[in-house]
Amino acid sequence: MRDQSVPPPKINVRDLNFYYGKFQALHSVSISIPEKMVTAFIGPSGCGKSTLLRTMNCMYALYPEQKAVGEIIIDNENIIDGKQDLSSLRAKIGMVFQKPTPFPMSIYDNIAFGVKLHETINRSDMDDRVEWALKKAALWNEVKDKLKQSGDSLSGGQQQRLCIARGIAIKPEVLLLDEPASALDPISTAHIEELISELKEDYTIVIVTHNMQQASRISDFTAYMYLGELIEFGETVSIFTTPKKKATEDYITGRFG
Amino acid sequence: MLSIYKRRRFINALNLTISLLAMAFGLFWLGWILWTLLQLGFTSLSPDVFTKMTPPPGSNGGLLNALVGSLMMILAGVLLGAPVGVLAGIYLAEYGGNGWLATVTRFSNDILLSAPSIVIGLFVYEIYVATSHHFSGWAGAFALALIVIPVVVRTTENMLKLVPGSLREAAAALGAPQWKIIMMVTLRASKSGIVTGILLALSRISGETAPLLFTALNNSFWSLNMNAPMANLPVVIFQFAMSPYDDWHKLAWAGALIITFGVLGLNIIARFIFRNKSNLH
Repeated sequence: MRDQSVPPPKINVRDLNFYYGKFQALHSVSISIPEKMVTAFIGPSGCGKSTLLRTMNCMYALYPEQKAVGEIIIDNENIIDGKQDLSSLRAKIGMVFQKPTPFPMSIYDNIAFGVKLHETINRSDMDDRVEWALKKAALWNEVKDKLKQSGDSLSGGQQQRLCIARGIAIKPEVLLLDEPASALDPISTAHIEELISELKEDYTIVIVTHNMQQASRISDFTAYMYLGELIEFGETVSIFTTPKKKATEDYITGRFG
Repeated sequence: MLSIYKRRRFINALNLTISLLAMAFGLFWLGWILWTLLQLGFTSLSPDVFTKMTPPPGSNGGLLNALVGSLMMILAGVLLGAPVGVLAGIYLAEYGGNGWLATVTRFSNDILLSAPSIVIGLFVYEIYVATSHHFSGWAGAFALALIVIPVVVRTTENMLKLVPGSLREAAAALGAPQWKIIMMVTLRASKSGIVTGILLALSRISGETAPLLFTALNNSFWSLNMNAPMANLPVVIFQFAMSPYDDWHKLAWAGALIITFGVLGLNIIARFIFRNKSNLH
């Protein structure tokens, strides 16, 4: 019954349950994230959208009390069965967080850090890679003369683009963005949104956002979540104009949430 | 209605006065101590203090052997204690979490942190000096290291815990293994705090007398042999101040002044390093 226009899924979530200790945060969520598209997760705070995003690169594995049960199939492998090498998984699936998190090192090293984890390349190739990533993240012109400066010296919006550049530099296939613009001013937000539309040419992008205008502006597909359940998932246009479920409509029109 | 505000103003003024008086009381004694120290210390200070050995009573001398002995043992104590402390602090902050091993370690570290230093001196005396049958610089350094460790464990853990979890997550999200996250990201982010902790431990052991009394003892002669009894400022001050001789008293004051200024200098450096760090964020 799949719509012909829907591209093949890159990430296939099947019957996923997630627990923070005893609290169950996701209730049998199933969703197919289409390849080289922007998929947005929306919903009120605490609905589980960030939790869902963070299972896709096994971020929860850092915390022993968190547990995921079910399937997340990426390239024919269930990434949450515990047999996956997390390092190579995360090389394939990059992530950018809500608050900019530049590492305490130079702008150049911020980007080289991730690359060095997965590849051994010489200095001039590294220079090229850093430049490429910074250009891709639309930050090159602002920082090209101060690559040796600390990443902390940049503005919030620049720091966030540095984090995106850092994620892109290891050439992932998927980019997970966890409210990447919520701590930024409107101009920086516009930069990031522009960037996202450009990046989807090459990457599968999943973005969590509180901002429904943002979801409708930049995403191709939208998932509405509530209380740990996936309520509705479909093309952004139809979710925002003709939602099938009353709950989705209420949330989108602002009658709730 | 007015009376409520009047009452508040009165209570406010009263509280302010009481706290100012308490502060003045504390500062008065501190000021007196410092004044006496400066007065007696500076009048006793002379080039001889830094160039001559501790003298027998009645003859001319200085504190050179005690100064050098102190420096050697303090340095050895920090070199022995700081790495252990930093590594244990890393374990507590990054690996241990709230597991039983970390909880037990934290608890025993707190006990060690507040243990009277004389107990540490006796402990090293019992296991090292008594078994090797002689006092030595190394025994002194071990005792000082045992004082350094809990201080550094505590500050290292606290400083690492100040590093936001989001930074660790960001590094993990790039595929970094945990040891790399610690080496490249969290340790770097808390570097100045950890160095500050080591400097504070250093200033803490600079004035410790009790642990050295049972371990390094003292030595009236020039000696760089860490396997032999070693002169050091705190014990020299202790002995000289307790003696009936005026010229020994003077040297004791000079030694006290040198330690105070050394500790003051270390604290200033520590503050400076830490302030530079906080400016960054």
